[in-house]
Amino acid sequence: MEKTTTDKFDQPDHMFVPKHMLLSEEEENELLVKYNISKKQLPCILVTDPAIKRLNPKIGDIIKIIRNSQTSPNSPYYRVVISGK
Amino acid sequence: MQQEYVYKKINHIVFGILSPKLIKKMACTKIVTAELYDKEGYPVDGGLMDIKLGVIDPGLRCKTCGGKLKECVGHFGYIELARPIIHIKYIKVILDLLQSTCRECSRLMLENEKIEEYLRLLEKLEKEKGILQKKRKIKEILVALKKSTKCPHCKAKQIKIKLEKPYSFYEKEKRLTTLEIRSRFEKIPDKDIEILGINPAYARPEWTILTILPIPPVTMRPSITLENGERSEDDLTHKLGDIVRINQRLFENINAGAPEIIVEDLWDLLQYHITTYIDNTVTQIPPARHRSGQLLKTLSERIKSKEGRFRHNLVGKRVNFAARTVISPDPKIRINEVGIPLEVAKELTIPEKVTEWNLEYCKELVKKGPHNYPGANYVIKGGVKKKQITPDTQEQLHNELEPGDVVERHIINGDVSIFNRQPSLHRMSIMAHKIKVLPGKSFRLNPAVTAPYNADFDGDEMNLHIPQNEEARTEADILMQVQTQIITPKNGSNVMGCMEDSITGNYMLTKYLSFTKEKAIEILGKIGIEEFPQFKETVTGKELFSALLPKDFDFYGESKSNEPVIVKKGKLISGTIDEATIGESDGTLLRTIFKSYGPEVCANVLTNSFRLGIAVLLEEGFTTSLKDSDLSESIKEKIQTVIKDSKKVVDGLIHRYHDKQLDALPGKTLKETLEIEILRELNMVRNRVGSIIKESASEFNPTVMMARSGAKGNILNLAQMAACIGQQALRGARIKEGYIKRTLSVFKKNDLSPKARGFIENSFKSGLNPIEFFFGAMTGRDSLMDTALRTPKSGYLYRRLANALQDIKVEYDNTVRDANKTIIQFTYGEDGVEVSKSDKGLIDVKSIIKQVKGG
Repeated sequence: MEKTTTDKFDQPDHMFVPKHMLLSEEEENELLVKYNISKKQLPCILVTDPAIKRLNPKIGDIIKIIRNSQTSPNSPYYRVVISGK
Repeated sequence: MQQEYVYKKINHIVFGILSPKLIKKMACTKIVTAELYDKEGYPVDGGLMDIKLGVIDPGLRCKTCGGKLKECVGHFGYIELARPIIHIKYIKVILDLLQSTCRECSRLMLENEKIEEYLRLLEKLEKEKGILQKKRKIKEILVALKKSTKCPHCKAKQIKIKLEKPYSFYEKEKRLTTLEIRSRFEKIPDKDIEILGINPAYARPEWTILTILPIPPVTMRPSITLENGERSEDDLTHKLGDIVRINQRLFENINAGAPEIIVEDLWDLLQYHITTYIDNTVTQIPPARHRSGQLLKTLSERIKSKEGRFRHNLVGKRVNFAARTVISPDPKIRINEVGIPLEVAKELTIPEKVTEWNLEYCKELVKKGPHNYPGANYVIKGGVKKKQITPDTQEQLHNELEPGDVVERHIINGDVSIFNRQPSLHRMSIMAHKIKVLPGKSFRLNPAVTAPYNADFDGDEMNLHIPQNEEARTEADILMQVQTQIITPKNGSNVMGCMEDSITGNYMLTKYLSFTKEKAIEILGKIGIEEFPQFKETVTGKELFSALLPKDFDFYGESKSNEPVIVKKGKLISGTIDEATIGESDGTLLRTIFKSYGPEVCANVLTNSFRLGIAVLLEEGFTTSLKDSDLSESIKEKIQTVIKDSKKVVDGLIHRYHDKQLDALPGKTLKETLEIEILRELNMVRNRVGSIIKESASEFNPTVMMARSGAKGNILNLAQMAACIGQQALRGARIKEGYIKRTLSVFKKNDLSPKARGFIENSFKSGLNPIEFFFGAMTGRDSLMDTALRTPKSGYLYRRLANALQDIKVEYDNTVRDANKTIIQFTYGEDGVEVSKSDKGLIDVKSIIKQVKGG
């Protein structure tokens, strides 16, 4: 099972994987104020998600995802990191 | 009536087990006798119908709260049980507890350190992963506990405890009495049971075994008086009577020191009665019955299943001021009207407040009474007393009517109603219509609104509701009227439009028809248009259609056959009107009018064009006949050659297959390849024939006209009628062998030729031979089965989806959130476009610029 394929194939670089990035604390606050929400009310993503492995996220961090959706190019999406298992 | 409002919000709910203490606390009296009434028919004190438990007879007053009938909600009582009785619904919990605790010291069979450890673990689990994970862990612990044979605390040996269904426990051969079980449970320390997921503050284990039983108030088990004056008690009262009687006997026997066997028998009997009182459908015990043999409906049955309290009474509410009958079409009423029978109009009412200004009008209504339309059925005096208008009371009510009264008058033309057809799958399934009283006994609706209701007239029934106050009426009037619902929020297309004949009529009109001035005006008059421009001596169809459009309307569109349709200054300049401009779901012209002139104008254009189409057909005459599918000899020959050529190609393929010269397609066997190639070739036959027919058929052929205008059918249908039906397919392949190596016994084995595998050369007109007919029947039945099975499946699928998404909405900041305000989407649709205001989900920038520029 544990075969290191990472040297040859990086999932986050694949064209079908949208760009994931970490928000700074300032940006986080800005986001939470903008939508008037707490972190609990954001959609979530597992720390173990391969797409954000490289960002070394901590639980509670917010990940910004820029997607190329069918209806509009570059629509942002935010997810809060949660612990897996 | 005075109403009390409670302005409080539920913070949390705790479920627990009623403790004996609490039962006593909430009870107002102790029940001691099974007797119900004394000789005078008055409820006995300490009996099951004691008036301390509430009142169900008019005139009596409750002894506990002093309330009269309907004021007093009822009060609980209790009885003391002679011996503890197991509550049947807790039988599993009791078994778990017995098996996991020590029979000597009643401790959980875990070391103290382990208990601490598990408690911490469970707390953590609940916090991090939720209650479900915690439950799973508890189950694991339980399974392990049940295996222990020695108590770690007192070192006592354990005996396996078995549940003998439905409610006896055995330690090897010895039966455990409920007394023993209860005393064991009493000794279990609070901390130990927390591991089993029980909160000792709200549910002590011993409370699962009843020592006193609450007696529900009489208001939840009222007796009814029969016609002959006899009283008939509720099922629950019967059952409770049994319980009290047996309990009393048990007490007496114990006190008299009766032999053990008698006491035990009575004890068991009491257990049986209390079990069936709680649940009369427990397996392995005979259900309690009436004398007639009918099953008693006890506590559990009151709550569960379709006829239970939840699904029947709480979720399934019924309403007044509603009507339901069969629907039928009436293209002469407007789309926002609904035709109702006089009988319905006289039954349904609207409360009309009497004021100084409408006093005369209201008096007139009362004078007419309930039988003369439009009259009134009731008068409400001073907001309390509802008085029926009868021949006796009519005179008095008429004279005494004064401002401040309310008259419940019949509904009249123009009143607002809410019209609905189930299943209500989208918001257009419930729309507001204006009442129009018509002769007949069915609801009448304009055929153009069948699409949003998904109705037809093969026996469909629909419901009609009458809003009862100003607020409801206004809301329905503004938000729910049919014309406001023309555009669907699903994709921004119009759900209502012209259909069938009306489209054919408009197509003919705008394509080639012209009328004399007089005829034109007559047609417009027929459909109720009184304003039209000055016509010349001959009026073209386009001019006639233009009379329906707003004066300053500009429109660029395409017809179904991709010709441009141009409207300038309210005049149709070129192009024909057909399905693509005024049809259902893709009526671009209707949509443009809706956007620039609003719902009222759009509804007018829709109604008028619908009527115009029909009026034109009435004037011109239109029919479809066998003649439509006549073909000239040369065309017939052409078609025969096409079929022959294809057969040759297929023959060639089969030949190459037998000679192994066919190249297999990737991932397919040779045989599969052959089938695919043959099917492709034979399917092409139908298309080729179709295009030949399309080229050759006259534009004025009625069938062609219907197909071209989009009213009904397509050219392929005509081709099937006139020339060749084509290949029949089952599950995407030619018809496979049902017998050994052949489809029917008339063929030779391994016959792969077109006609042996369901190719129908004949047309519907020329007629099918028996073999072809059989193949046709095969596919016909398959598609019938398919639709019959798929409809309910997809319906349920949709229902589940709709229920899952029902509380998701777009907030003011354009985010999509659920009821917890958790964000689902950061911008609605990721582009923030409101679909119902867009062009099929897109914003047509070009036409907006054009509009702004054109000014």
